[in-house]
This record gives sequence, structure tokens and C-alpha cells, in this order.
Amino acid sequence: MLDSLGFIIGTTLMYSTPLIYAALGGVMSENSGVVNIGLEGMMTIGALIGATVGFYSGNPWLAFLAAGMAGGGLALLHAVASVSYGADQVVSGIAINFLGPGLALFLSRIFFEGATMTKAIPLDNKMPRPIHGLLPRNSFLDLVFNQYATVYIAFLLVGVVWFLLYRTKLGLRIRAVGEHPRAADTLGVSVYKIRYLCVVLSGVLAGFGGASMSLAIVSNFRPTLISGHGFIALAAMIFGKWKPQGAMWACLLFGVSNGLVVYLGRSDAPFEISMQLLSMLPYVLTLIVLMGFVGRSSAPAANGVPYEEGER
Amino acid sequence: MRNIDFDCKVVEMKNIIKKFGDFTANENINLTVHKGEIHALLGENGAGKSTLMNILYGLYQPTAGEIYINGEKVNITDPNVAIQKGIGMVHQHFMLVEPFTVTENIVLGMEPTGLAGKMDMKKAVQDVEEISKKYGLYVKPNEKIYDISVGMQQRVEILKALYRGAEILILDEPTAVLTPQEIKELITIMRNLTQEGKTVIIITHKLKEIKEAADYCTIIRRGKHIDTVEVKNTSEAELASKMVGREVSFKADKESKEKGEATLRIENLVVKDNRAVEAVRGLSLEIHAGEILGIAGVDGNGQTELIEALTGLRKIEAGNVIVNGKNVTNNTPKEIIENKIASIPEDRQKRGLVLDYTVAENMILENYAKEPFAKHGIMNSTAINKFAKELIEKFDVRPEDEKIKARSLSGGNQQKVIIAREVTNDPDILIAAQPTRGLDVGAIEFVHKSLIQQRDKNKAVLLVSLELDEIMNISDRIAVIYEGKIVDIVDAKDADENTLGLMMAGGGIQNEK
Repeated sequence: MLDSLGFIIGTTLMYSTPLIYAALGGVMSENSGVVNIGLEGMMTIGALIGATVGFYSGNPWLAFLAAGMAGGGLALLHAVASVSYGADQVVSGIAINFLGPGLALFLSRIFFEGATMTKAIPLDNKMPRPIHGLLPRNSFLDLVFNQYATVYIAFLLVGVVWFLLYRTKLGLRIRAVGEHPRAADTLGVSVYKIRYLCVVLSGVLAGFGGASMSLAIVSNFRPTLISGHGFIALAAMIFGKWKPQGAMWACLLFGVSNGLVVYLGRSDAPFEISMQLLSMLPYVLTLIVLMGFVGRSSAPAANGVPYEEGER
Repeated sequence: MRNIDFDCKVVEMKNIIKKFGDFTANENINLTVHKGEIHALLGENGAGKSTLMNILYGLYQPTAGEIYINGEKVNITDPNVAIQKGIGMVHQHFMLVEPFTVTENIVLGMEPTGLAGKMDMKKAVQDVEEISKKYGLYVKPNEKIYDISVGMQQRVEILKALYRGAEILILDEPTAVLTPQEIKELITIMRNLTQEGKTVIIITHKLKEIKEAADYCTIIRRGKHIDTVEVKNTSEAELASKMVGREVSFKADKESKEKGEATLRIENLVVKDNRAVEAVRGLSLEIHAGEILGIAGVDGNGQTELIEALTGLRKIEAGNVIVNGKNVTNNTPKEIIENKIASIPEDRQKRGLVLDYTVAENMILENYAKEPFAKHGIMNSTAINKFAKELIEKFDVRPEDEKIKARSLSGGNQQKVIIAREVTNDPDILIAAQPTRGLDVGAIEFVHKSLIQQRDKNKAVLLVSLELDEIMNISDRIAVIYEGKIVDIVDAKDADENTLGLMMAGGGIQNEK
């Protein structure tokens, strides 16, 4: 019984991780006033680059960083379109969501002789588990805490993003730009710089999220790997009221549904449910959350509104 | 003249020219301000006074001209440079981040920080308390902006500038949102600041305040410098004619008139605002045929919700609205229009007009489905344009072109289109919400005349305005609204500004039965 619980908690943490990275990315971008529905595309390119660099270099950390840079690079396009050119941020985000997976597939075919799936990274070259072997194998504590390094980093980043947004001067400026860009502008805070920084950072975080998938949870990239995680992260961010800790709890909620899917799908599960129905669980949860909470949440006041520095 | 140092020219703007495309907003404007003086910048809307100050604050770059601060030639490329040179600006629409605290708003962009960029909030609060005490600007440092009064918000704005070490303060239309008492306080604050050696420039079109507060006044008309005068040697009438370029009458001409039956009866009305808090709380009022009833009050005391409820845009939770004996509570806007209620909405660009429709289309917004404008669902553009042409001529809308988009008209002309449409429907009741907001003196005269005309035609007029002068000038009776209730109703003949002002601030509640 305790083992089953440990298994569920462990899988929950593991599956929440990619969502937490991407949701934190959403928190950064949207608190500065730029809607980022392109998280999905940024995660996908991150997953591909992570798997590719991981396979060829054998260094998971290099791969992880490269994935962040790839996500950040794609986000830069979003920033150019929506900050400098004042484009509709939703439209630009949709474009990113087409571009990311398309580009990932294209690069995969180039790097892996036409295959749409990257070759699996050998077990030794995957993301390490920092406390592997320290706890008795398959004990409750081992099931819960013997996680990939990316899991620990994700939860650490929740604290970092919270500190950044609510305790530093940069955070104050970011939130001011998201709430009332003109007020920030008249005090000499550069709205464009802040928004560029936040959007690119959000892409880096989403890229990490993708890599935490392809370098840890599984060991390669395939076109269906991300399949909606970016959107679930977006929903989690909204459900979490645009706050890092809120987004984290929401991601854990989605993670539980994933953990249950895995647990109930095991052959030794206490009862049998159709896998197809089970796999729907996270998505159904997303729908319910969005229907029930979106209208009532408190988004930053200037979220989604392009700002022109010249026009006052 | 209290404390003015005439040897020290803190601001000198020479031959400033600013063009936006073909439009010249500033044409060779000169402005000299001495240390310690309160200098008013007077002009109609669109005269170019805000443009000039935005140039001084670095928000715009001048097309040509030179700026000297304390005798030194400067090139103010952005607000950061202005702040460095000791210039601070309080904008007409407050630049405050609502969910932030007073302190966070004041220190934003110049935050005291410790290690790793961590904010030192304790020091920030201390700093704010210190300057707040020094200049007598009372604020609550830890309150959120949306919890404090408009007057305090303005003090926060001034503190923002002082925190940045401003020596020269620009106030853009600072009194537009204040009660008469708050205006007096502001004037005291400005005097205190000049005693401390600061210099104040106020942008305004209110002559009374200039007379009361300013030492010198520079008048700008259509982008041109008209004159700079010493305020004590001039009169309001002289300032007005310089501002407009012709003689203006301040008093609206109005003959006394017996009021008739109660056309509109509001009984114990309860309306909620967007946050589902009761904004109108059991308000009762009667408006009679042949009178203008003015509702005076500070912004945010339920005026907006009251008007939206009366015009069918907001749900009435309890109470009744009775028009000519007929209950129209919670009727649709269309039914309300059919019951002969017309309205000039508060936000003319959002609610009054469809900006991307032509003037002609805007003029038939309420009658588009009726003959002769439409038959069997097909619009008759000949009839529509003919109708529009007539109204354009009758109401002097400029330019005289029914086919241009409403967006391209000036504010005054947009308002004329709305008034033309509403009045032509021959309503029994006309509801005018802030009908002169943002209009220049000429357009204000026109709006006031139109309202008085309705009254003289024995119609009922409900005027809601934040401008107390306007209410006192043209109303027959004045009702004061405070926190969603009518505090008292007085005859306009017996009204005086001080009592009304006190009631607007909630001081007259004891009169409530």
C-alpha cells in the first residue's frame, strides 16, 4: 500500500516537472504583459535539441542548456513579433506552435538520417539521479525522492522565480510593466527591454521543460512527445493565478492525474480501466479548470496588450 | 510675490517647434520660468500645452528649438534625462500601478536594494515617510493604490517626483479629479513646495485656479504662444478671451421656469458594480419636466452605475425606475429608448459612437431599422445621408461631411453628433453623463446650450458631472451623491461651493433622513 502511494507520488513529481518549467516560463512572460501560448512549440524544440545534443555529446547538462537556448531562440522570434512590432500575441504564439514542432521534425530528419525519432540516449548519459542508491531500493522514500536532477531543479526554480518577482527590484519592474507599462516607462523603466528579457527567459524555461522530458522521463525525442504539455502548463499558470507557487500546485494537480494514469495502467493495478479513457484524464482536467477558473482569475492588467514606446 | 528668484531662470524653452506629420502642435513657443514660481500654462484642449510639457519631460523630441535648464543647454532625450535634470511630471491620468503599494509606486525605477538586487522595503518605506513629512504630503505607505482616495493618489504622484529629487514639478490638469476641498489642499501643497525652493508648472484650462494659485500665466492658442502675463494684474475674462481668441460668456443664459410633473422617478435603486459590490445603495430621486437636475459628486460614488442602470446597461438589483408613470426597471436599452429616454454617455468613444462608422451611420444608430432609413431590412443610403446632412447643418458639425468616419472628428464634434442623434429622437428625458469632459470652451458652450434648450422645451434633463462649476452653472436643482446615495438636494440658487464640497466628501451625511 505504502509502496503504491510512493509510486504515485514519485510519478506525480516526475510528470509535473516538465509542466513546472513551462508554467514558470508562462509566469515570467505574462507577468511582463506578453501572452505566451507558444510554450508548446518552445517545449518541443527544447525536447528535440536536448535529445540530439544528449545523444551526440553524451553530456546531459550540455544538452539541458542547449535545450534552454533553443527554447529561448524560438521565444526571441515571439518577442520580436509581439514586442517590437506590436503583433497580436496570440497569433504570434500560434505561429510559434506551428514552427516549433515543424522545425523539430525537420532537424530530427537531418541529424538522424531521415528518422522522425531521435536515437535513444544510453542510460548512463541520461539526466543523473543525485541520490540514486542512497536509499533502500523500492522503499517508500526511494520511490518518492530518487528523482532525476531536473525534478529538483524545477522545484528550486519555483523559489527562484518567486524571489525574483516579489523580492527584487527587477521583479517589481517586471510586474509594473505587466500592470501599467506607461507608468513604468515614465519612470525610465524600459518596457521593451523588460519584455524581451521575460519572453526569452520564458522560452529558456519552456526549453528546459522539453528537455526534462526527452533527457529524463524518456530518453529520446519523438513527434508526439510534448503533445499538449505546453497548453497544460499554460492552463496551470492561469489556474495558479499567474504566480509561481500557484502554478506549481496546479502543475502537481495535473501531475497527479498523470501519475494515476501510469499507476492504474500497471498490470498489478487494483482494478482495470481502459487505457484510452485514462490517458484523457489530464486533458479533461485542463478543460474543466479552464472553463471554471479562467474568467475569475486575476491576470496582469496589461497582459496581451502591445505597448508602443513612442505613442503616449 | 513670495519667494521668486528672478535672477534664476530654471526653465527656458526657446522657439520650440513640434510637428506630428503635417500637424504643427507647437509653433515657436517660448517659455521662461523662474525659480520658486508657480507658472500656469493655459490653453484649450489641443492647444499644445501638454505637448510642450511632454517635450520638457523628454516624452517627445522637439522638431526644432532649444531648452535650457538653470542656464545650461540640455538635450532631453527621454524621461531619465529629465529626472536627472530635476524635472518631475504628474500626468493627467495617473501613472500608478493599482495592485502595488504606495511605497512600491514611489520607488519604482529607483528602488533601494541590498544584496543580489533584493529590494530593501524597510528603507523604501522610511524614505517615503521622510519626504512625505518634509513636504506635508500625507500618504499611507503600505496601502495599495486601489484602496486610497484620488486625492491621496495625486499626492503619491507628487511624491514620486520629489523622491527623484525633482526641483521643477509639472502638473498636468491636476484638479480635474478633485473635490473643491482637495483643490484647496493642492494649492496649499504647491505653495509649500515653492517655499522650499521648488518650481511648479501647472497645465490647466481652469481660470479660477490660475487666479488663485499661479504667479505667472503663459497662454497658448492653436500651438502658438499668445502672451505671458502676471496673474495679479489680469482678470479671468481677459485670460479667457486670450485663450479662446474671442469674448466668452461664463454664465449660461437661462430664464427661470416653473418645473412640471415628475417625468422620471427613481425609487430605492440598488445597483452593483463590476466587482459585485453595491455601488448604488437605495437611491431615490425625482426629475421633473422642464428642469435640469445636476448630480454632483466625486468620481466613483455610484454615478456610472446609476447611469448604466437607467439606460439599461446594468442590472437593477432592487428598486424601480418609473418613466411617465410606466415602470421600466430592467428593460432593455431598446425598450428604454422607445420610452423616450435619451442619453449622452460618459465615454463618447466607447458608448456614444461606433468610431469606424461614418457620421451618417452614427446618426441613425437608434433608428436604423425604421422607415425611411430601412425598408424590409434593406438600408436606404439616400435617406440616411439626407437626414445626416440636415443634422450636420443644424448642429454645426465640422467638417461638413456625413461620409467620413466618426473617428476622424474632434472630441467636440463627436459630441455634437451624439447630441444631434439623441435630441432628434425627441426624448422626454435626457441623461447627460459628463457631457463636456475633455471639450474646449467653445464646445462646452454648445453642449450647455443644448441641455438648456431641452429644459426650455419642457423636457427633463439629468446631468451628471464631476465638474462642480458646470453643475452649479446650469442646473435648476442639485443633488449630491455620496457612496451610492443622495445626501441632499438643494436649489441651485441657494447652493454654495463649500457646502456642496463638504457634502461630496461625505461631510453632510447628517442631513440624510
